[in-house]
Amino acid sequence: MSEPVIKCENVYKIFGANAQKMLQDSNGNVDAKTFQENGCIVGVNNASFEVSKGEMLVVMGLSGSGKSTLLRCISRLTDATGGKIFIEGQDLLQLNNKDLIDLRRNKMGMVFQSFALLPHKTVVENIAFPLQIKGVKTEDSINKAMDMVKLVGLEGRENYFPRELSGGQQQRVGIARSLAVEPDIWFLDEPFSALDPLIRKEMQDEFLRLQDKLQKTIMFITHDFDEALKLADRIAIMKDGIIEQLDTPANIVLNPATEYVRKFTEEVPREKVLLIKDVMDTSKDNLGDLKVSKNEIIENVAEKILTQEKIVAVVDNNNEIIGSINPTKIINTVFGGRKNNN
Amino acid sequence: MEFLKKYPKTFQWLFLLIVFFALCFAIDVPETYKFIRGQAEFVKDPNQSSYVFLGKEVRYYAFDVFWRLPPLLGWLPIWINDSLFFLMNEWMPIEVWNEDTQEFKSRPIVLQISRNLTAFMTFLIELIREILLGGLETIVAFTSWDWIDKNPWAELPGLPWTIVAAGAALLSYKLSGKGLALFAGLTMVYISVFGQWKPSMQTLSFILVAAPLSFIFGLGLGIAAFKSKRVEKALYPILLVMQTMPQYAVLVPALVLFGVGDHAAVIITMVVAIPPMILLTLLGLRAVPPEVIEAGRMSGCNNFQLMFKVLIPTARRDILIGVNQVIMVCFSMAVISAFIGAKGLGFNLLLALNQLNIGLALEAGLCISLIAILLDKMSLAWANKQTDYFGNLTFYQRNKNLLFFGVIFVVGIILAYIGTFLFKDTFNYLFEIPHNKGISTADFWNKGVDWIFETFFVYIKAFNTWLIQDVLQPMRALYLRMPAIATIVLVVGAGYLIGGLRSALVVCALTLFIAFSPWWDRALVTAYMATFGVIVSCIIGFTVGTLCFQNKHSANFMLGVCDIFQTFPSFVYLIPVMMLFGITDTSVLIAVIVYATIPATRYTIEGLRSVPAGLHDAATMSGVNKFQRLTKIEFPLAFPHMMLGINQTIVFALFMVIIGAFIGTEDLGQYILKALSDKKGAGIGLTLGICVAFIALIFDNLIRAYVQKRKKHLGID
Repeated sequence: MSEPVIKCENVYKIFGANAQKMLQDSNGNVDAKTFQENGCIVGVNNASFEVSKGEMLVVMGLSGSGKSTLLRCISRLTDATGGKIFIEGQDLLQLNNKDLIDLRRNKMGMVFQSFALLPHKTVVENIAFPLQIKGVKTEDSINKAMDMVKLVGLEGRENYFPRELSGGQQQRVGIARSLAVEPDIWFLDEPFSALDPLIRKEMQDEFLRLQDKLQKTIMFITHDFDEALKLADRIAIMKDGIIEQLDTPANIVLNPATEYVRKFTEEVPREKVLLIKDVMDTSKDNLGDLKVSKNEIIENVAEKILTQEKIVAVVDNNNEIIGSINPTKIINTVFGGRKNNN
Repeated sequence: MEFLKKYPKTFQWLFLLIVFFALCFAIDVPETYKFIRGQAEFVKDPNQSSYVFLGKEVRYYAFDVFWRLPPLLGWLPIWINDSLFFLMNEWMPIEVWNEDTQEFKSRPIVLQISRNLTAFMTFLIELIREILLGGLETIVAFTSWDWIDKNPWAELPGLPWTIVAAGAALLSYKLSGKGLALFAGLTMVYISVFGQWKPSMQTLSFILVAAPLSFIFGLGLGIAAFKSKRVEKALYPILLVMQTMPQYAVLVPALVLFGVGDHAAVIITMVVAIPPMILLTLLGLRAVPPEVIEAGRMSGCNNFQLMFKVLIPTARRDILIGVNQVIMVCFSMAVISAFIGAKGLGFNLLLALNQLNIGLALEAGLCISLIAILLDKMSLAWANKQTDYFGNLTFYQRNKNLLFFGVIFVVGIILAYIGTFLFKDTFNYLFEIPHNKGISTADFWNKGVDWIFETFFVYIKAFNTWLIQDVLQPMRALYLRMPAIATIVLVVGAGYLIGGLRSALVVCALTLFIAFSPWWDRALVTAYMATFGVIVSCIIGFTVGTLCFQNKHSANFMLGVCDIFQTFPSFVYLIPVMMLFGITDTSVLIAVIVYATIPATRYTIEGLRSVPAGLHDAATMSGVNKFQRLTKIEFPLAFPHMMLGINQTIVFALFMVIIGAFIGTEDLGQYILKALSDKKGAGIGLTLGICVAFIALIFDNLIRAYVQKRKKHLGID
């Protein structure tokens, strides 16, 4: 695979007067408590990961876990205290102001939790704003922005002001604005958290549709574990600035790395998250007649499998048998293996 | 002992009071002490002591230091004065080309700068004035008198009043709607018909120069303070003092630096109007959500784009509220600047008051009040107006108002032209109604005042005598009887008990400045008048506010009344009280009470309103009656906000007491007024102004510390 689009190496973000010095003295072993006693607050603690092209990494954590801080380090809205961040091989922290602005104008787009629209501009003007800042001619920028209006389904409202739109519509504007310059990297900071549950679901589906079409490299921040499971290629779970586990949704659900991650996975309806391929066996013996695709979600085929008495064959996209699944395995996956809280 | 342990604060306060009274009784009034009326330093009196500091000799009556501190700061006004004179007349002479004598002349640099600045301001004011009223000096400035003589047509004719009136109505309509348009039109007609057109336009031109300049500088400094903590820290104390310094006192140094007239007034108006603009710009920029700033950054804005395309448009409303403040301060300064010779409504008012022509004063005052309300409402409407979308409107729709104004312009000129035929022998009433040629009701009012005096003289006189003899004189005597050391102990002790060591130190420094200045006695008199005013105002304000709060409509009505009264320049309040009570301390105190009741009432209503609705419901469900709810729930929670109202009340009261010197009081204000007509008054005026500001700041400090503590305790914001 080619070079990762985003690459973080031992990134630290520590707030406080002499954060730099304390980080150097600690030799990379940052303990939040001792730092707090010295008046420093640890935002991000030794974060290392890569995001490859077209991948969606969801960073999930509760409030105060440092997930937004991590995103702001990577967009350089705040400077990381230590470590290295590479954007397409460029060392982000070494960029001067002009190159940074260039990078943002051409490569990055960001969506915010509270929408952050400019109150004095109409929908189309808001979307055209990054283009105009870049120096695109007014007419061209408006034309381009109109395309974006259509993309997010706001035709007919292009001359409204943000104050006249509902929350969901405002966030559509925010999404359109972040896509106006056709960035390669797309940052979304809890974009749907301020929306009602029904609207949120609608926006998530809309977002998946968009990503299917655009194939951006995405860092998506959320505090909602279900949302993370629904959207992510990979999930990073953060606590107190530390990335507790970074893996695919299935692996996180099946093999939580720490007690903290485990608590999140407990209530998750596994049949809705896991795919057949996540739980299948590799043996191909004693197969019955039924075949299921390896990419099916368990919930969709569970009834079919459970009514079988024999072992069910699992096939790949070319309809070739690559493994098998025992109905009891389904029952075990869905109902077993959970910690009993009582 | 149980009691002491339970209420340690009460015990501390008791102890403080005991010390205070013990000091008061222990220190006798020195036999030689009398209220010093004259200026100590110029009279040679064998009883005086003297000392020399920085080459200045300061003479004073020496008392026991416990009774009155020696005026160790007595050299300050003299030193300021001498320094100013040195700066103006001697420091750094430069060669200047003199156009008239065709030779180089040496002139101090500050004087040269001040002259150039003055000339520039004069030019701006004259330009706008001549557009509004007609004239030829602007044209002369670009050509010559000879050229004007040859081409008499070149004189600017001035705008007919019909155009300005209709223009104001149109602008109001665009900003707010029919109601304000009607008010604007009627105001303009009133001004014109009552012959106040010329002074009104003079005042307006003053504001049209001072307000935009103040806006630009205020915005610039506000941005600088927003960007750099250091600038903010440097500006903060200046802002604080400027907010509490009486506008009167700032006029005095202006005299020295810029001379007499509109230009000096405009420059000094800017000094007063810039601080609120800075504060509101800062407030607005700070209130921009951080995510909006980040959105701007992620859109690739550089710093300049971020400021002018993201931050300022987002903070638009607060910044425009700042513009509203600037306009109101400029207007109020335009009136007060009459003292240093600014033309316009204030000058007419001052003249009328000096001649005791109450009728004329009332007309001018009404005119001032109407314009103040109009300017306030218009600029507020502008701030609250939301941006509209123009993109897909036709040319006509987009420029409707401009086209309409064009029509008004042409019609106005045609009317004025027709007027030249209609009023051939008299004045052209369709062009401009000259001063004192309009309708005047002055005689009616004067007769009214006479009638009031004849009919109610006995009662007014009796009330006056009672108030002065039985209330004011004893109170004043009590204040003057306080030994300086006792006062300081009381104030500093209060500071310590309320706000801790830091507060105590600040308050101590402020008090000592006043105590070491030569005007401690005067400051006591100022304090006593202000105290009296504040107490009465608070009683009235709290009562009226609480009563009005019981009903939503009356509360809204009262807030509206407060809004309107607050827009009037403080000077205007003197007219009705002089009308009723003549020239006495009573008049000043009543003006103080009326003026200072505004914030007391407003903050009471606002405070009571800020009590959360949930608490209301909870209280009602616990079965309280109206009275219990008021005393147990609403008052305790609203109290911190009401205290802020008292803070404002004190500032308002002090301002009015100082202006009251115009009627004749024996406090700091009297000296400020004196300094205005004194060639060497600059230093005295400035020091006195600082003294007044410090009195306000002492209370400000104490009250804010208390409110902060209380709010933290109650857990509200």
